[in-house]
Order: sequence, then structure tokens, then C-alpha cells
Amino acid sequence: MTSFLGKLFPAILMAVFLLTTAPAAYAQLDQRVSPASPSTKEEVELYEQLQGKLSGYVSIPDGKLATLVQPEGREWRDFRNYYGRIISAVMMLGMLALLGVFYLFRGKIRIAAGRAGRTVTRFMPIDRFAHWLTATSFMILALTGLVLSFGRPLLIPVIGHEAFTALSTYGKYSHNFLSFPFVLGVLLMLVLWIKDNIPEKADITWIKQGGGFLNNGSHPEAGRFNAGQKMIFWTIILGGLAMAVSGYMLMFPFYLTGVGGMQISHIVHLLGTAVMVSVIFGHIYIGTVGMEGAFDAMGNGEVDLNWAREHHAGWLKTQGISTDTRDGPSKVPTGGGPVPGLGQHAGAD
Amino acid sequence: MARMKFLCDSDRCIECNACVTACKNEHEVPWGINRRRVVTLNDGMPGEKSISMACMHCTDAPCAAVCPVDCFYTTADGVVLHSKELCIGCGYCFYACPFGAPQYPNTTNFGGRGKMDKCTFCAGGPEEDMTMVEYHGYGTNRLAEGKLPLCAEMCSTRALLAGDGDIIADIYKERVVRRGYGSGAWGWSTAYKNDRAV
Repeated sequence: MTSFLGKLFPAILMAVFLLTTAPAAYAQLDQRVSPASPSTKEEVELYEQLQGKLSGYVSIPDGKLATLVQPEGREWRDFRNYYGRIISAVMMLGMLALLGVFYLFRGKIRIAAGRAGRTVTRFMPIDRFAHWLTATSFMILALTGLVLSFGRPLLIPVIGHEAFTALSTYGKYSHNFLSFPFVLGVLLMLVLWIKDNIPEKADITWIKQGGGFLNNGSHPEAGRFNAGQKMIFWTIILGGLAMAVSGYMLMFPFYLTGVGGMQISHIVHLLGTAVMVSVIFGHIYIGTVGMEGAFDAMGNGEVDLNWAREHHAGWLKTQGISTDTRDGPSKVPTGGGPVPGLGQHAGAD
Repeated sequence: MARMKFLCDSDRCIECNACVTACKNEHEVPWGINRRRVVTLNDGMPGEKSISMACMHCTDAPCAAVCPVDCFYTTADGVVLHSKELCIGCGYCFYACPFGAPQYPNTTNFGGRGKMDKCTFCAGGPEEDMTMVEYHGYGTNRLAEGKLPLCAEMCSTRALLAGDGDIIADIYKERVVRRGYGSGAWGWSTAYKNDRAV
């Protein structure tokens, strides 16, 4: 009895489903827009109102052409031409404005105790290689990408159609090829620095004190990387991977997804650009004009002792170096061998 | 000036694909490029309909709007054409097009999209009319010869109409009145929404 009911129930469900949905489906296919028997030409409705996507069957191998009408293109067009441009322009220009205002009020953040004159090795050549590999490819990727996003309203009126096509053709090639060194650099940085970028308790203190950016002289203690640097790190790693996935979807179109997936990939890629470029503006600022002594870390890998004492006391402790700026350079152990994973102390020459 | 449009009467289309073949042959369209195709909805079921679909030469064309290099233009006849000199094969027009009209040849394995190709309404391209340069880039320019698109000319059931939008709409309406039913002009509400005189 129960097994009979068990069989009957799905059958009834199926019948109800077919009876209720089939007329609706036919109505859509028949596009019942004209009256059953129009008696005058005026009664014939040409502009049927299509509801949603229409797909069928095609005898050609290109399966994606089985879609007859794809209404999502309209939303994607609005994003590509309007919302995407507004969002990314506001984010990028907003960040530049913010940095400008910050510089006006705070100026260059100096080493409070002045330069000690002795340096500590902060980044090994492999670290700097990973950083600059990512940085240079990122710059070109960002510029060539922005050319494609903003070039039509901003550059074509200035340089003309032919020159702009040449620029964007080479831009497209560079963008495609340089994606590989960029991804390599991101993966290298992930392997090299992830152990120093795990969030910890001190990061909360750092964030609470605003990283010491706003008040002179206050430096929340930080390890090899402070919470701000950790945020940059994770933005680059996670953002970079999102850019890589969406970018390779765009580069190898329709391998994994249909036209809807391509539109989403493009949107992810564009929003990712807006976030990464804005964050990198901040990173470049604080690494160059914003802070005395910061550039050296990625320049020659040697940072001034007092800079390290003020910004990364926790890191120096793990190196066994005095963190008191009054100690002067003489208290730094000399001739020490390389500390595993962290490079070596700059010994006395 | 006439405003050129396509209209496919799906109550007449028998999915013979002659329009597809005619187009490929007339313009020497390469393998893998389909300027026109026939889509069958509800294949093998009651209510089956076939619609021959190509570029609809939209008013306010989405392809032209999203093109990063601005390579599209609309002729005085309302035909949407593009310049292969300017096209960089980015694929944006395919994402925006409601009808899947833009096509790309595979040129390389890496980023493999060549310059876009699509239905020209048999109106050639930006090169000088009826020259070999134009033919190799875009196919024949039948409009310049005073002819209409070959797909519609070839259509054995006269399902596919091409020409001045007002005239083909009038022909279609007359048909619908005579036979007593019609399922509307496929794609018109999407392609010519803004032309619609309500």
C-alpha cells in the first residue's frame, strides 16, 4: 500500500506540475501578443514583450549561439559604461585626494630619533625580486587595463582613433603576457611572507591606535610586518588571485563558462582593479614620499636601525637587537651570521 | 532614408538554413564564423518555432556603446557596421549583444581572438564601396549594388524579410491579418525599443 502511494505521489506531483506550467511555457513560445484573429493590420503587434532569456537548439557547433535573446547584456552594458567607471574613478581619485590631504596635515613621517647611520637587512634579494616583479608587472597591467576602461572618453578625443587602436592593441598583448610574471610574483610573495603576515593580537592594538599615523611620535609595536602591511599583503594576495582567475577567464573566453560568466568575470576584474589600484596608491605613498626611511627596505634591502626601532621593534627583538634608540648603533651585535628566514644583520664594515 | 531592418516570421521559417548557407557563400565567411544562424525553440515539441537570427542592426546598438576603441558606426540606412582596422578583438561586443551576433576568428592560441566579424546587412564596411579591400574584409556590398541582403532574398518561404523597416512590417502585418495569427517580430522589442512609436 505504502509503496503504491509512494509511486503515485510523485506521479501526481508531476502531473500537477505539467498541467500548471505547460500552458505558461507555450504562451511564452507563442508570444500570444496579437489577438487570436486580428482583423486589421493595426491589431497586429510587432513588438512582443520577451520575458527573460530565450534559448533553443542550433545545428552549428557553436553551442552558445543557441541563445536567441540574452537580456543580461543590458545590465552588463550599464556596468561597463557607467557604474563601473563611476565606482573605480571615485575609489581611485578619492584615495589620491585622501593621500593629498593626509600629506598636507601630517607631512612626511620622519624618523623621530634621526638616522642611526647603521642599517639592518630587512629584505633579501629574493624578497625584493618578488616585490619588484609584482610591482612592475602590476603597473603595466593597471595602466593598460585603465586604457581599455577609460580610454574611449579620455584618450580618443586627444590622440585619435588610429593611435588609440595601436595603443590598445599593444596594451592588450602586454596585459595578457604580463599576467604571468604578476601571478608568479604574487605566489612568490605568498610563500616568502605568509608566516610573517598571520594576524595576531598586536594587530588589534595597532589598528586601535590608527597605526600611529595621526599622532606624532606614537608607534604601536609591530613585528616584521604591522597590521597595515598585513592588510596590504592580504589585499594583494587575495585580490591578485581574484584578478588572476577572472582575468584568465577573460583571456580564454568561453572555456569554462557561458556569456553570463564572462560578464561576471569582467565585473569582478574591474572591481578588483578599483580596489587594488586604490590600495597600491596608499602603499606607494607611504613607501616613498610619506615616510622617511621606508623606501630603503625595498630599495637596497637595508633599513636604518632607528627606522626599524621605531616601526618594527618586535621584529628587531626577534633579531636580538636593542630596540632603544638611545642605545646608538654600538649596541648592535656585529658580525652575526644570517638569522634564518630574516636575512642578516648589517655588520660593521 | 529607409531604416533597414530584419524581420523573421517564425510561423513561416522551416529551419532549412538556406539563409545561413547563402550568407557564408556570398561573403566567403571563414570556418567557425556564423554571421547568421537558425535557432529552434522547443525543438520537436508542440509549439516549435524556428527563427533566423543575425545582427539586428539595433537602434542605440549595445556593441557600439561598450566598444573600448569606438570602432562602430551607423550608416544613413540604419545599418550598424564596424571597422576591422580599429577593432582589437577584446570581445566586449559579444558580452553586450542581446543576439549573439559578433563573431571572432581564432587567430592565436594565446588570447585567441581576432578582429570581430558580424552581419553587415550586405552593406560592406568602411572601405570604398565594391572594392576588393572591402570584399576581403567585410564581404560583398549588395546595398551599394542596389540589392537587398542575400539571406532574405534566398528565403524559400519568405520567412526572413529584409529592407525598409516600415515596408517589411507592413508586409508582415498583412500576412498576419490574412492567416489570422502571428507571433510578432522576434527581437524587435529588444533591438528597436526606442524607435517604437506608441
